[in-house]
Amino acid sequence: MTVLTTTDAASETAPPPGLPAGPRPEPPGARAASAAFGWRALLKIKHVPEMLLDVIAIPVVFTLMFTYLFGGALAGSPHRYLQFILPGTLVMAVLLVTMYAGTGLATDRANGITDRFRALPIWRLAPVTGALLGDIARYLLAAGLVVILGLAIGFRPAGGAPGVLAGIGLLLVFALALSFAWATMGLLLRTPQAVMSAATVVLFPLTLASNVFVAPHTMPGWLQAIVAANPVSHLVTAERALLAGHPAAGPTAWVLLATAVLAAVFAPVTARLYNRRR
Amino acid sequence: MNGAQAKPGPARHGRPPSGRGLAIQAERLEKRFGGRPALAGADLAVAAGTVCGLLGPNGAGKTTTVRILATLLAPDGGRAWVAGHDVAAEPRLVRRAIALAGQSATVDEDLTGRENLVLLGRLSGLARAAAKARAAELLDAFGLEKAAAGQVKAYSGGMRRRLDLAASLTTSAEVYFLDEPTTGLDPASRAQVHQIIRALAAGGATVLLTTQYLEEADQLADRIAVIDHGTVIAEGTPGQLKAAAGSGTLRIRLADPAQRPLARRTLTGLLRTPVQEEPDPVLLTATVPGARTGQPPSEQAATAVTSLGRAGITVGEFAFGQPSLDEVFLALTSQPASSTQTATKGSS
Repeated sequence: MTVLTTTDAASETAPPPGLPAGPRPEPPGARAASAAFGWRALLKIKHVPEMLLDVIAIPVVFTLMFTYLFGGALAGSPHRYLQFILPGTLVMAVLLVTMYAGTGLATDRANGITDRFRALPIWRLAPVTGALLGDIARYLLAAGLVVILGLAIGFRPAGGAPGVLAGIGLLLVFALALSFAWATMGLLLRTPQAVMSAATVVLFPLTLASNVFVAPHTMPGWLQAIVAANPVSHLVTAERALLAGHPAAGPTAWVLLATAVLAAVFAPVTARLYNRRR
Repeated sequence: MNGAQAKPGPARHGRPPSGRGLAIQAERLEKRFGGRPALAGADLAVAAGTVCGLLGPNGAGKTTTVRILATLLAPDGGRAWVAGHDVAAEPRLVRRAIALAGQSATVDEDLTGRENLVLLGRLSGLARAAAKARAAELLDAFGLEKAAAGQVKAYSGGMRRRLDLAASLTTSAEVYFLDEPTTGLDPASRAQVHQIIRALAAGGATVLLTTQYLEEADQLADRIAVIDHGTVIAEGTPGQLKAAAGSGTLRIRLADPAQRPLARRTLTGLLRTPVQEEPDPVLLTATVPGARTGQPPSEQAATAVTSLGRAGITVGEFAFGQPSLDEVFLALTSQPASSTQTATKGSS
């Protein structure tokens, strides 16, 4: 502890250490503030690596389980099924990880640090966009694991490296837009656990009632209708096409449109909720 | 970085219509939380370059007031200006002028102390290198350099408080909101915080300090606003508030318990106020009234003690206490302040 002089005379002559000096600097711009929050998000990953457990476990478990559990029954052999299921596994793994975009904001709000950020003269959305940087790291990790593991057990995408990169890119863009929806939820619900539960309730039916596991023509008509309307189906179709090396304009355009709509709706709502004064 | 005196002076911005020279002005602030009133028409005026102590028990509305002034909360009624800017209409300009510490703001538990300070530095507009340098200075000044590389979740309560305060001193501000900055600090750290608050004001900044420590407001504040049930019930210098309570307590210990009845009669006649015989057989206490004779209570007390000597009564020791702020609070609200701690009385 710094040695202190407590007499009034001393405090008048020698200012205590730590006092701010000089004029206040200009507030950071939107990019600098977002970068600072991005740095924070990466530091959190570094300091709390346990938080990556899901991000690592889900892709590994999904890739191995679906391939070997269903492969023989659904496609005759795990190897043949792997070519079909891997784009779906990729989508599922990344989408399930998106829910962390909401839990972080809920945690910040619960412990009060949100107030400190909100009292700063920074771009209103910077804490959210900065946190997305940490999310990108998580999404890339999840996607990378699925692809690497898939390649290791025999997945051979016809699209090659460009197809895989394009697929990951499209998925990343969609996942980031979806992150804003969880961010909104993270600011509406009281605890991180509640955000997790709510996101799970939405994500599981959405990913399961899709074309991830089997082609829809084997399903009853009513379910085919649901699957056809499910945005995850479009995403998976677009991913399959990209990885196979012949991009499908329709589904890809649909995914990009969904991405734009999600971001246009939930980014402003998130900003509004983050800065609402109550 | 010890150049506090070289800090820029208070704001040169336009002032609210009715508030020349005021760094903080609040008019009839109201806030309800789920029907329960937290603020019920609180008024506050703090001159630039002064320390204002916002004093009150738990739940009185201190933190709500700070949160409204720091643009974190919208009031249900009333208006407020900070550094000349309307908190409702110009929150960004207010945020450029303020710094916030204490209950209302905290730090990231997952990050290290140093990372927290660097983050706040960068968010305050410092370049990366400057943010690092400033973090190092603050860690050193607040005795946190040894813990700097450890995650905050492992910090003690006092260390966390010091980090929290350090974070709010990253860059200079016109107005500092310090929400119970010394709660949970050891005496040495508290003295350091007191020194910093004085130096901030000496450098031209305005400090709004909320506290439950009556002594703290007395020592630091130029003026004190006493808040209770969401309204400011009294405002003035510490001296004025004490005078408003209008009394002090005289305690006299006699050398000989046998002289106590005589001493009591003598004192009652002189002070014309009830004199209590305490359980201690040599102790007498009396509340010396103020304004009645125009003579200050302390002089009345001194005269009374001298007169006892002339009457042949041997006084072992005596003490006369200014009313503590606790007594002031009691006089204002007719109920004791929540964190009752008897302020040290002046003694013989």
